[in-house]
Amino acid sequence: MFDIKSEAKGLVSHGVSACAGCGLELIIRNVLEILGEDTLIVIPPGCSALFCGYGNETALKIGGFQGNLENTAAYAAGIKAGLEMQGNNHTTVLAFAGDGATLDIGIQSLSGMIERGDKVLYICYDNEAYMNTGIQGSSSTPQGASTTTTPGGKVTPRKDLMQIVIAHRIPYAATASPANLADLKRKVKKAKETDGPAVLHIHTPCPTGWAFHPSKTIKISKAAVDTGAWMLYEYDNGTLKVNYKPKSLKPVGEYFKLQGRFKNISQEEVSIIQENINSRFNELLLGS
Amino acid sequence: MAGYMMLDGNEAAVQAMKMAKVKVISAYPITPQSSIAEKLSDLVSDGILKAKYLRVESEHSAMSAAIGAQLTGVRAATATSSVGLALMHEVLNVASGCRVPIVMPVVNRALVSPWSLWCDHQDSMAERDSGWLQLYCENVQEVFDFVTMGYRIAEHEDVLTPIMVCLDGFFLSHSMQKVLIPEQSEVDEFIGDYIIKNTYLDPTDPMIINNLTSPDEFTEMRYQQKVGFENAAKVMDEVFLEFEEKFGRAYRAVEGYRLGDAEAVIVSMGSMSGTVKHVVNMLRSEGKKVGALKIVSFRPFRNDLVNEMLKGIKRIAVIDRTAGLGSQGTPLWHEVCNSIDKASSDVIVKNYVGGLGGRDISIETIKKVFADIMDDHSQNRSPVWIDVKENAMDIRQVYINV
Repeated sequence: MFDIKSEAKGLVSHGVSACAGCGLELIIRNVLEILGEDTLIVIPPGCSALFCGYGNETALKIGGFQGNLENTAAYAAGIKAGLEMQGNNHTTVLAFAGDGATLDIGIQSLSGMIERGDKVLYICYDNEAYMNTGIQGSSSTPQGASTTTTPGGKVTPRKDLMQIVIAHRIPYAATASPANLADLKRKVKKAKETDGPAVLHIHTPCPTGWAFHPSKTIKISKAAVDTGAWMLYEYDNGTLKVNYKPKSLKPVGEYFKLQGRFKNISQEEVSIIQENINSRFNELLLGS
Repeated sequence: MAGYMMLDGNEAAVQAMKMAKVKVISAYPITPQSSIAEKLSDLVSDGILKAKYLRVESEHSAMSAAIGAQLTGVRAATATSSVGLALMHEVLNVASGCRVPIVMPVVNRALVSPWSLWCDHQDSMAERDSGWLQLYCENVQEVFDFVTMGYRIAEHEDVLTPIMVCLDGFFLSHSMQKVLIPEQSEVDEFIGDYIIKNTYLDPTDPMIINNLTSPDEFTEMRYQQKVGFENAAKVMDEVFLEFEEKFGRAYRAVEGYRLGDAEAVIVSMGSMSGTVKHVVNMLRSEGKKVGALKIVSFRPFRNDLVNEMLKGIKRIAVIDRTAGLGSQGTPLWHEVCNSIDKASSDVIVKNYVGGLGGRDISIETIKKVFADIMDDHSQNRSPVWIDVKENAMDIRQVYINV
C-alpha cells in the first residue's frame, strides 16, 4: 500500500496507472465530478477496470462492481432494481464500458436495458478498439484504421451506436468528446437527470492504440470534431440536435495524418470516408 | 394455518420464492424454459409479490442482474434449465466467487446436442464445479422445502454460497402433487429478512467489488470458498434439524432406506429415488436384502455420511442421469467410490448410466440394476448403460455413396 500524502481532489485518485495522455482518464474524472458521490459504477474488464484497482487498492471513492465483458448493462439494471425496491431513487447507477464491451459483446444486454426502460446512465468510452487486450479491432474501429486484427486497415465502416440506441426511442442519448469538456459535462448532467435510460457515447483518444504522442490527446479530439470524424449531437426525447456546426468540415485527412493507425490508408479510401462523413453530417443537420 | 395445495414442481418453487419475499426477479424464457418465470411475473403483476420484474434478454443477463440486485441488499430470484444454465456458466462463477447467496431452482433437462426438452442431469452436473451448493429433489414437497431451506443455508454467514435446488424436468416440474405449504408467518420466522453480509453496494459506504486479484491472493480467496463449502455441510445439517422441529418433515443430506441388513444398495439422486425405494420394497417382500441411498446434497458431497451409511455393504450400484463421457464413470459414481474406505477391497461399486434425455427410469430399469449388481461376477468396471437399446449404433446412421 502507498502512503497517501495528499487527498485527491475529485472522486478518482491521482497517480492512476493509465497510459500517459489517456483520454479515458480525463473523461472519468470529469464524469464523476458531475455525478458526485451518490453513484454506483459498473465497469467491465477493459481499460476502465484499472479504476477499480488491484487487490486492496482502488482508484475510485465511489462504490462499484467489476463485471464481465458482455453484461455491464445487466448488472447495472439489477443494481438499479435492487436500490429502487429499497426506496432509493436517488443514486445514479453508472455503467462505464468501452466500445468492445458495448458494441460487440455487450450490445444485447445494452439493448435489453434500454428497451425495458431501466434508469441507468450508460457511458461508452470509445477508444475504437480493444486497447486493454492489445489493440484488437472492434466493430467501432473506424474504416481504414490499423489494429492488431486489422493490420491492413479495417475495410468496413464502424457500427453506429447512436443510431442503434435512437432506434430504441431512448429518452436521452448524446455523443461527447474531450474536445469540448463543457459540452461533455452538460450532457452528463442531462443524462443523470433523465427519467429512464440514457446513453453517452464519448470519443476517447488513445495514444497507445492510435499511435500519437501523449501530448496531442486534445489536439486529436479537436481534429476529430472539426473534420466530422466525430460529430457532437444529442437526441433528447425524440429531438435531434447537432451541438457543433462548423460552416464547413475540415478534410478528414487532417485528422488521419496525426495518427499512426491511418498511415497506410489510400487516397481512394480517404475519399470514400470523406463522402460518408459529408452525407452523415448533412443527414444530421436535416434531422435536427 | 398451514394447508395442502396441489402444485407441480415449478409452482412449488414459485411458492417458496414468493414466501421468501424476493424483491427483484430477472428471468428469461430460453428453450427449454420452465413456467417459474411467468408464474412469478403473474404474482408481481397481481400485486401479491412486491418485487421488480426484469424481463431480461438472456439467461446470462438474468444471472447478472440477479447478482447486481442482491449485492444492494435484497433477495433476487431467477430460475433456469438446460442450455439456459449453460449460458449462465460464466456468471454462476461470479455469484459464487463474490459470495452472493442466490437461491436458484434448476429444472433438470438434457443439454443439446441432440436437441431434447426432457429430463437428465447433464445441465447441473456440468456446473458441479461452479462453486454453487446443489440439492436434488425427489418430489414436489421437497422442491418447496429445499428452496425454503436454501435461503437459510446459502445466506448463513459461515457459508455465503449460492445454491441450486435441482428438480427433474417433467417428472417433478410438471407433475402435480399434494404439497403442505406453511403459513407466511412460519416462513418469516424460519428464514427471516435478508441481511447482506460481506460484500455490498451502498453509496454511503462505498466498496469496489470483484476487482483484479493477484496470484498472491487468488488462492486464498478460493480457499475461503472451500471453507464455505465445509461450513455448508454443518449448517445444512443444523437447518435440516431445525426445519424438522418446526415443520415436522425430516431431511438429511444423505438418506438411507432399508439399509439395515442390506447386501445390495442403489445410490441415486432426484425423482428416480422414489422408484428405487418402491423397488426396494418389492424385492424385500420377495426376501431379497436390498436398500437405497439417496443423495440430497451433491455439493457439498457428504463422503463422511456416504461412507458411514454404506459400511458393510458389498454390492453398490450408482445410477446417474448423465453420461460422464470420456471418464471412467459418471460424477456421482466417482464421488461414491472415493467415499468408501479403501480397505474394503471386496466391495463392488458399479456405475449405471440411464434416464438420459427424458427416458423414464422405470421399475423394470431399477430391477435390472439390482439383478445386475447382485449377480456380478465380471471384472469389467466400465459404466453399464442400463436402458440403451440394442440397435444404438444403427440409429440415424448416415450412408455415404451407397
